[in-house]
Amino acid sequence: MNSIIAHRQSPNRTMHGAISGFVLLTILLLNAGLFSAAAQTNPQNVVPQFTAVDRPLDSGHALDLAWEAPAEDPTAPNVAGYRLYRADQADGPFEAIREELFPPTDGTFQDRHDKHIGGHKVEAGHTYYYRLAAVTEDGQEYLSPTVACIPKASLFNPTKTTPLIAVLLYVVILVSMIQLARRGRELFIRRLAGIDALDEAVGRATEMGKPVLYLCGMLDLGEVSTIAAINILSGVAKKVGQYQSRLLMPCRDPMVMTVSQEVVKEAYMSIGRPEAFQADDIFYTTYDQFPYVASVDGIMFRERPATNIYMGYYYAESLILAETGAMSGAIQIAGTDAITQLPFFVVACDYTIIGEELYAASAYISRDPKLVGSIKGQDYMKFVLAMCLILGIVCAMILHYAPEASFFQAFLDFF
Amino acid sequence: MLWKQQMPLVLCFVFGLFALVAYFSPSLDELNRDYVINWTLVIFGFSMALGIYSLLRSHFTKVAKQTPGWLYNLVALIGYFTMVYVGFVHGIESDSVFQYFFVTIQVPVQSTMFSILAFYIASAAFRAFRVRTLEATLLLVAAVIVMLGQVPLSAQIPYLTEAKDWVMNVPNLAAKRGIWIGIGLGMISTALKIVLGIERTYLGGGRGK
Repeated sequence: MNSIIAHRQSPNRTMHGAISGFVLLTILLLNAGLFSAAAQTNPQNVVPQFTAVDRPLDSGHALDLAWEAPAEDPTAPNVAGYRLYRADQADGPFEAIREELFPPTDGTFQDRHDKHIGGHKVEAGHTYYYRLAAVTEDGQEYLSPTVACIPKASLFNPTKTTPLIAVLLYVVILVSMIQLARRGRELFIRRLAGIDALDEAVGRATEMGKPVLYLCGMLDLGEVSTIAAINILSGVAKKVGQYQSRLLMPCRDPMVMTVSQEVVKEAYMSIGRPEAFQADDIFYTTYDQFPYVASVDGIMFRERPATNIYMGYYYAESLILAETGAMSGAIQIAGTDAITQLPFFVVACDYTIIGEELYAASAYISRDPKLVGSIKGQDYMKFVLAMCLILGIVCAMILHYAPEASFFQAFLDFF
Repeated sequence: MLWKQQMPLVLCFVFGLFALVAYFSPSLDELNRDYVINWTLVIFGFSMALGIYSLLRSHFTKVAKQTPGWLYNLVALIGYFTMVYVGFVHGIESDSVFQYFFVTIQVPVQSTMFSILAFYIASAAFRAFRVRTLEATLLLVAAVIVMLGQVPLSAQIPYLTEAKDWVMNVPNLAAKRGIWIGIGLGMISTALKIVLGIERTYLGGGRGK
């Protein structure tokens, strides 16, 4: 910095003084080490404004760093970029977070924890010290003042307060309805045509001496729709066992295959026909989407199943499967929560179980009072949500005509 | 009974509750994503061995018994072992034989399967749009508006783009949102039933007590 100040004073000197001054300046520069790459104090016209803040609503493993480049100054040295340093102590040692320079403009950087062994650490509760260096084209570094910041872990995300209240309310309603059902209260659930058709579909397969094909969707066991499909599988397997038909199940996921084998085995045992279970009828094909479709289509044309049942989540393959099944002459029942695939199933299948019905089908088949109670709870929660929607619409309309009504705004903001 | 019923139920309750709480807690959510969800990948790796066993057993049995179409099973087995051999022996780098087979056989075959979709959409549309009932007629009218509204020609027809946008943004979106709300509640309900042990079908056993 001394050297720069000295350089700015030199134009007013005489020629002699200028030569003397130049010699003096050179000595000063050499003493100050300006020609070396050592870091210098920060001149305001080179070093950006630099801040570090804790990233809100996270696990305490990230800090948000931001900087604003100073206004252009023709007298300032050309800056090639910025380098970010971090230290665990206020007095260093500071280490560069990354070797390559940030562009010499306004910028942000998120200092994140790397969970891998030996990775960059950002621990909650630990104080970190940062400095941003403006690096000139000749390699000179001008350092910003040190900025300290402590990452903090958030235990609760307040932006999710409304969903939390809704979930708690839903749990209360569900448990209440299940308790009511346990006490023997008769609860009505409407008919599901697709499930009612199961008897007819399985019976047809028995009459024709052809198998029933059952698919559990394209997702793995971690998805609720797949679990719902497996829950329905149990009821279907019982019917297939009772009608002494055969159940074929090509699986895309080996975990789904293993669980399905267990479910079907238990279902056959529960109706007193354990010998009907054939493990080879529930088999793995491939994890790839279209090879799986090719495999299932091949089964449809070779084995000619009398009934095809598609439950769970599907992607683009839904129509290929359902159209091939329709061409093979099978009765088809589909149930999915994939909204984009619903039209294809509706067009190509005889019966379609839409959206939430997929989750209700298990209760509908088993008629277990506790499961029926949970379906009833679902209906009551839907009623609560519908009321909230209507109230929201009314509030929005009132606010449109009376914008000063803060109560209604607060109500809308809550949701 | 302990290992087949009670232990899975306890694990399901503990991890289900943890996942629920983690949704509302940023600290636990990261723990959930970094560790618990990664465990499924480990389990998947082991389960893949079961899958491969099932696949090979199924094809070998059919070849051995020479059931109708057993030559296809033989082709599948040859393909499987060829890919395993070239993958393990020659590697899977971008210029390897494995990649050559994958790019020149597997990818075109998959693309062919996908392209069949276009023809199936045409046949499905033909079946859906036959004017037989009032509902089918409404479907046909809506479909014609949306299909024409999607192509550049729609700019030449007055009000067509607006009509298409209205169909998509008002009745279509309203129906979609209704289904979404139902699906969301159904998912939460099913998840709660599993966590609380009311629904146990996935264990292969009966219902909860």
